[in-house]
Formats: sequence, C-alpha cells, structure tokens
Amino acid sequence: MSGKPRLTYCNGRGRMEPVRWLLAAAGVEFEEIFLETREQYEKLIKDGSLMFQQVPLVEIDGMKMVQTRAILSYIAGKYNLYGKDLKERALIDMYVEGITDLMQMILMFPFAPPEAKEKNLDSIKERATNRYFPVFEKVLKQHGQDFLVNNKFSWADVQLIEAILAVEEKIPAVLSGFPQLQAFKIRMSNMPTIKKFLQPGSPRKPPPDERYVETVLKIFKK
Amino acid sequence: MSGKPKLHYFNGRGRMESIRWLLAAAGVEFEECFLETKDDLTKLQKDGSLLFQQVPMVEIDGMKMVQTRAIGNYIAAKYNLCGKDLKERALIDMYVEAITDLNELLMTHAFQPADKKEQHFATIVDKATNRYFPVYEKVLKDHGQDFLVGNRFSRADVQLLETLLMAEECKPDILAKFPLLQSFKARISNIPTIKKFLQPGSQRKPPLQEKDVPKLMKIFH
Repeated sequence: MSGKPRLTYCNGRGRMEPVRWLLAAAGVEFEEIFLETREQYEKLIKDGSLMFQQVPLVEIDGMKMVQTRAILSYIAGKYNLYGKDLKERALIDMYVEGITDLMQMILMFPFAPPEAKEKNLDSIKERATNRYFPVFEKVLKQHGQDFLVNNKFSWADVQLIEAILAVEEKIPAVLSGFPQLQAFKIRMSNMPTIKKFLQPGSPRKPPPDERYVETVLKIFKK
Repeated sequence: MSGKPKLHYFNGRGRMESIRWLLAAAGVEFEECFLETKDDLTKLQKDGSLLFQQVPMVEIDGMKMVQTRAIGNYIAAKYNLCGKDLKERALIDMYVEAITDLNELLMTHAFQPADKKEQHFATIVDKATNRYFPVYEKVLKDHGQDFLVGNRFSRADVQLLETLLMAEECKPDILAKFPLLQSFKARISNIPTIKKFLQPGSQRKPPLQEKDVPKLMKIFH
C-alpha cells in the first residue's frame, strides 16, 4: 500500500476532475483506478466500498470517501487550502459553490440530446459572462491581490482556474471582457504545481468525448 | 439591527429549510424576510445583496451569505455541530451530502408535471429505502450510539431528522423496515431545541402545496 490517495472513477473528467485539480495543486501524488465495465462497478458496490453506491470514491487516510464535496472539503482542510478561520472559509465556500453551479452546466453538457446543445452552450456563455465571471473580476479588482481570498492561495483559486479553462474550451473568447481574470489565469497557470498539472502526461483528463459518454452510460445507466 | 441572523427567501421550505433547522437546533433565534413577488427578488438583485443573484441569502455576522452549503457550513462550524476534527467532519460531510441528494428529490416532487409524478414518487421511495436509509440504519446499529458521528450531536443528526420527517410526509410508513431510524427520530425530536422547532408556531415551514407552485414560479422564473 503506497499511502497515496487512490481515486476510483471513469477515465474522464466528470465529477472527479475537481478532486484531481485540488490534489495536484496541493502537490499531492495520487493513484487512479478507472471503471470501464458495469461489472467492475457492481463489484465495488457488492464489496461495500461505495457508501451510497456511487463514485467518485477516494481512498485517503484510511477512509473510503464518497460525495465529491465531502472529499474536496477534506483535502482542502488537510492541505491548508481552506482559509485561516471561519469567515475566510465562508468566503471560499461561497466562491466554490458558485463556480460549482457553473461547472455543473459543463458537466451535464455532453449528456444532453444534440438538439439541445446550442441552447445549452448559450446558457453556459450567458451564466459565465453575466453571473459568475463578473463576481470574481470584481473581487480581484477591488483587493488587487493575487488570490481570491485574503492574499493566500486556496481551494477557491483552484476551482476558478479549472472553471475558466473549462469554459474557454467551449467559448474561446469568453474572457475578453475580463482583464483581471485573464491575468489571474496566467498567474495560476504559472504556479509550479498547477503548471505541472497542465502539462501533457499529467493526470489531468481531456474534455469529454463520445467514447467517454458511451462508457458512462454503459456503466451507470439502469 | 438586532444581531440575529436574517434569512431572505420565499415563505416556504425550499433550499432554506435546512438552514432553519440548523439554526433552530443550535438554539439560535433568527428573523425572516419573505419574497412575495418577482419585484422583491429583483430589488435584492439590484442592490447588490445577492452575490450570484440568487437566494437563499442569510445576513449573519456582518456577511451577506449565499449558497446553501456555504451558509450551512458556517452555521455548523460556528455552533460546534461539525465534529471535533477533520476526520469526524469528513464523515459528517459524507452523511450530509447524501441526505442533501435525497432532500433534492423530495423537494422537487411538487414541481413534477402530472405525468411524471408517479414515476418520481417511485424513485424517491426506491432511493430512500434502498440507497440512503439502510446506510444510516447500519451506522446506528454498528456503533449503538445515540448520534451518528462521534457520540456527539452534529449537523448530520439534524439533517437526517429533517429528511426522515419529510420522507414520512411523502409516504407515512416509509420507515417501517428501519427500527433504529424510528428510535433515532423519536430521540432527536426530543432534544429541547428541536422539540421546540417541531411545535406549532415555530419557524418551521409546511410542505409545499400544489396551489403555491404557480406563485413560486412567478418569483423565480
């Protein structure tokens, strides 16, 4: 047993990608097990590894953790990415939850029927540029600091850079009205642990393709 | 200014109810400001009170907090309802997140179109009795303690009770096969702060009636 956290999920981004980002940003090496068949998934359920019969599953510090937010909160807390007190944590939580709402739209995008894709893309663009990005642009402008919360690198910064890159993949010019976010993106991308994660060969997963969608449906659809 | 937390939401359960439960369980008095029309929501959005233009919003300790989970985390931590260390918190978080998933199903039931209601009901019952309740029944059976985590009252106990009661509203005999959840329900309901919240006249909200759905849609859509 290596002592490294072990992630069990499909070989793709999905709900596990924020966990990969956070561990990578914290400089923590991890192992991965990829679900490819329904049988593998059913076996995991049968042997009691999945508390609520769902993945993501992260084996860490003797626990078999499920529920993405529980996992992320634990990692953030353990690696000091969760602020120094309750109020900083409150701010980080608000930012992360807002970004997660935006990421949820991206998560669901590949699974919508083809005729809904254009409308969904418009929704993502609308929400990103009118609801979410303006908030973080303003936060950065107002305090003029490098990081979102109290001048210290946190989970909120990791979640935001992940979201910016994910939205840009779909809408390349999305940051055009957001100079602070453009600078933030460059700054975060240059942090050593994140820079490493952004290089080819890292555990970062590519955008979902048809094969990924097929695999997910095959494994999980009842 | 009273110093009490002030909750902004419509006059119903929705996403604010779990916050009301937590504050009540912690013995914290709070005020409420109800959105009745779309204009009420628009006004809050325009004056910059809503970080992402959405409610719930809770004014607490000089902050205008939004995002239900952020609010819940803050209250739970402030009032010592999230365990004594990272590992207890991890367990509490896992339990609470799963309960939240079930709550989401229960909450959206009133909004289902007529032709989907029966199927949705069946899904609720299936998930509650096959995926979620067995886990908590087993947790209680395995350690034999009064509370879910660390032999100490936590937000997991509060949220589980809330969900058990909502599930029973949906199907009165839904706990038939879960004797430990039944005794858990009785035990936690008798905790003084919670007992008070369960009495008529408290700030606990009733289930959403179908006749109220159109009014809600007007505010939020």
